[in-house]
Amino acid sequence: MSDKEFIKIKNVSKNFEDVVAVDNINVDIARGEFFSLLGPSGCGKTTLLRILAGFEYPSSGSVFIDNLDVTDITPNLRPTNMVFQNYAIFPHINVKRNIEFGLRKEKLSKDELDERVQNALKMVQLEGYEDRFSNQLSGGQRQRIALARALVKQPKVLLLDEPLGALDKKLREEMQLELRNLQRSVGITFIFVTHDQEEAMTMSDRVAVMNKGKILQISPPRDLYDNPKNLFVGDFIGQINFLDTQIVKIEGNIAKVLINKLGEHELVTNNNNLSQNESIVCAIRPETIIISKTNEKISDICIKGVIANTSFYGNMTYIYVKIEGLSKPIMVSTSDVHDGLSHNSDCYLNIHLKDIRIIQKN
Amino acid sequence: MYNKNNILFFYAIVYFAFLYLPVMLLPVFSFNDAIHMVFPLKGFTLKWYDQMIHSSRLHRALMNSVKVGVIASIFSTFIALLAAKAFTKYKVKLRQLSYGAILLPFVIPEIIIAVSLIVLWTGMGLQLGLVPVTISHILFCTPFCMLVLISRMEGFDRNLEEAAMDLGENAWGTFWRVTFPLALPAIVASLLLSFVISFDEFILAFFLSSQDQTLPLYMWGQLRFPKKLPHVLALGAVIIVATSIIVMLAYWLRNLGSPSDKKSNIGGI
Amino acid sequence: MIRFWQKIYAKNDNVKAYSLLLPALILVILAMASPMLLTVVTSFHTQVSMMEIDTTLTLDRYKDFFSKPVYTMLLVRSIKISFFVTLVTLITTYPLAYYIAFYVKKNKMLWIVLMTLPFWTSYLLRVFSWKVILGHKGVINSALMVSGMISEPLSFLIYSQTAVVLTLAHAWAAFAILPLYVSLDKIDKSLLEASYDLGNTKLETFWRVTFPLSLPGVIGAILIIFIPTVGDYVTPQLVGGTDGRMLSNMIQSLFGRANNFPLGAASAVLMLLSVSFVAVVVTYITRKVSLRMS
Repeated sequence: MSDKEFIKIKNVSKNFEDVVAVDNINVDIARGEFFSLLGPSGCGKTTLLRILAGFEYPSSGSVFIDNLDVTDITPNLRPTNMVFQNYAIFPHINVKRNIEFGLRKEKLSKDELDERVQNALKMVQLEGYEDRFSNQLSGGQRQRIALARALVKQPKVLLLDEPLGALDKKLREEMQLELRNLQRSVGITFIFVTHDQEEAMTMSDRVAVMNKGKILQISPPRDLYDNPKNLFVGDFIGQINFLDTQIVKIEGNIAKVLINKLGEHELVTNNNNLSQNESIVCAIRPETIIISKTNEKISDICIKGVIANTSFYGNMTYIYVKIEGLSKPIMVSTSDVHDGLSHNSDCYLNIHLKDIRIIQKN
Repeated sequence: MYNKNNILFFYAIVYFAFLYLPVMLLPVFSFNDAIHMVFPLKGFTLKWYDQMIHSSRLHRALMNSVKVGVIASIFSTFIALLAAKAFTKYKVKLRQLSYGAILLPFVIPEIIIAVSLIVLWTGMGLQLGLVPVTISHILFCTPFCMLVLISRMEGFDRNLEEAAMDLGENAWGTFWRVTFPLALPAIVASLLLSFVISFDEFILAFFLSSQDQTLPLYMWGQLRFPKKLPHVLALGAVIIVATSIIVMLAYWLRNLGSPSDKKSNIGGI
Repeated sequence: MIRFWQKIYAKNDNVKAYSLLLPALILVILAMASPMLLTVVTSFHTQVSMMEIDTTLTLDRYKDFFSKPVYTMLLVRSIKISFFVTLVTLITTYPLAYYIAFYVKKNKMLWIVLMTLPFWTSYLLRVFSWKVILGHKGVINSALMVSGMISEPLSFLIYSQTAVVLTLAHAWAAFAILPLYVSLDKIDKSLLEASYDLGNTKLETFWRVTFPLSLPGVIGAILIIFIPTVGDYVTPQLVGGTDGRMLSNMIQSLFGRANNFPLGAASAVLMLLSVSFVAVVVTYITRKVSLRMS
């Protein structure tokens, strides 16, 4: 039991003057998990991370790490270490002294210190950089030194505050893989804060989506993508189509719904909180919609539309289809090459019922 | 564009001459073999410097100024360092008020501070002397030190202290291993500049001391006697050179690590 | 018990901040605020004899001040002189600040350092130098006489209000240039280019764009110069003579030879009030001006 609740955040809230930054959060994080906090800026993810680190004191609630109540413990005594967004490498000492910085208390011999530093540098692939200073390092190198400096202390939990934000795209993608592999090899629990949903999805075991101080959903990446529980999560992760829908009747786990312009259909759902005549939203991911020039009904729903716009992304093409009566065009994504589908041409969309998700409005 | 450039440049040179002329006069006449400071010059001599070196009263005054200067600069830098830390690190409630209050001694006419301190000090039945002078200097220098330190600390990365704490250091360890080394150049600059301010300060010393003179008081006393004037000029010339060196050192230190920061110019007063 | 306070300290940013500010605030309260308060109280007392002060509260000292014309005259003169010093300093320093901000490309800092260096030398000696320069046998007069331009030394140069204004304008130059330079340097050069592009001449651009944008610096310089100058002692004492005597010289004698602490206190209070009044007015105007600009 304690492994699944290695980190326990219990009813934690944080207020700054009249702003509620973190609103009654309850989360359990498992030992050795790569856990991400994902959300737009201002959602409270960094505040929550800093509460875990001890830099912010919660207005209410408590934090437990490995069965120990750390709420009142100052940052320097917690079993956590942090990698800061701007790396915070000490400019007045060299790389070696930076990495050793936190080991002073452990009273190691000179040889032991050197060995630990070397191992840490090896771990982040920066051997030979001991004598350099912060201003002689690139952004990516500083980031890795920050990582080494935190990991050399062998913390129980590593907290990362948008560490890849300042790196360019290619470097970022490389680092994402490296971080993931590193985490797997050292086995430490990682808590990663980011606003980039692709990043969170790539690296994490589970992702918590936050908005306005609240956690909206915690799921593994695949699950988060396939089964968003509310509008914000659905919209935040990947691309999505929302259609206004009305519930006609509920029988067990089958809901009979009337989807705007798409007719009446029966959907399977696990949601027990639906009520008759409730106004809800149906969500459909763009890649699940099949687009073709012909009127061939190969799925449960087939409708006709006009192509309003296309966007080419290399491996993917996004096609925006205007359906008569719907105010927003439907977004379809496909990796196939479609000849004959050009601006203003007619087309047909095929949608499987199993790809439709019910999301309640609130 | 060109015309104005030349006019302004010419003006700048003239203005610089105006600024430096009085300052230059002193060393010139300090080598002049005559009692009165009039042209034409009479001849080169070092006897005024000799007279200066052998004046025991001057030595005592010099020692007093150094004592007061050292104590005042250390205390004001320390107090200002704490205050600068508070203002740059935290969003302080009533910030404007506290900030203004601490800057006040710098802005109010010195004579009012001098007069008030006399009233307080004699009102408490205490003797005037170097102690109230030192206290008044600490009061006077602290706002200045705070400006110098704030201008340097404003660029300070707050995360560095948090990183130190995160890595296991308590408040004292963080200060000693991170904050202090990074602030050191600014701290030394503050010490040097406040020493110079205290060393040169006249009004507060004039009102608040009695028997023991600081160097400016000594000079003031000597100015009345024409015969004594030249050796005061020699003293002045030495002070000018020494002060310039100290100030240039302080400027260099203050800019160490923080290149062309415009705000730091204000602190450079 | 200690842990309780430690918790409050750790939780509260304001507590942390104010504990750092405490020494500075205590210093200001003990060494400045209370003495000044005491001075105000003293201004309501009466000096009975050399050692005795009658502490019954009275407004008589203020009556004394305003009844003898010389006191009011000194106060007014002090304000007048400060006004002229501020004006002269601003006018002479502004072009230099402008030059360094707009025309100097390399080593701006060096120029600033050279500008401010004279200021660090002994104020006393600088004033004394001016006494020498402006004196009857001084540099200016002897040069003019030797060249035959005048037959007698110019008397208005020394022991006059002119001497005081000139000397102080020199002394404050370094103080003035810094805020002026900073606010001029901050001006976005593209604003000037936009102005030319819209058809304004150099002069028009200066009056309509540059100068208004430099006002914060001008205001700063005004306050820095004006307030301390009202209370200056050394310059009027050395080069002012009778014509250039200022209120602070009077105050000094009231605390010295004339031995009338309460009257001296009242004079100081009045000086402070007038200075504060001017500061408030200037600040008020500043706010209005900057509101209009933003």
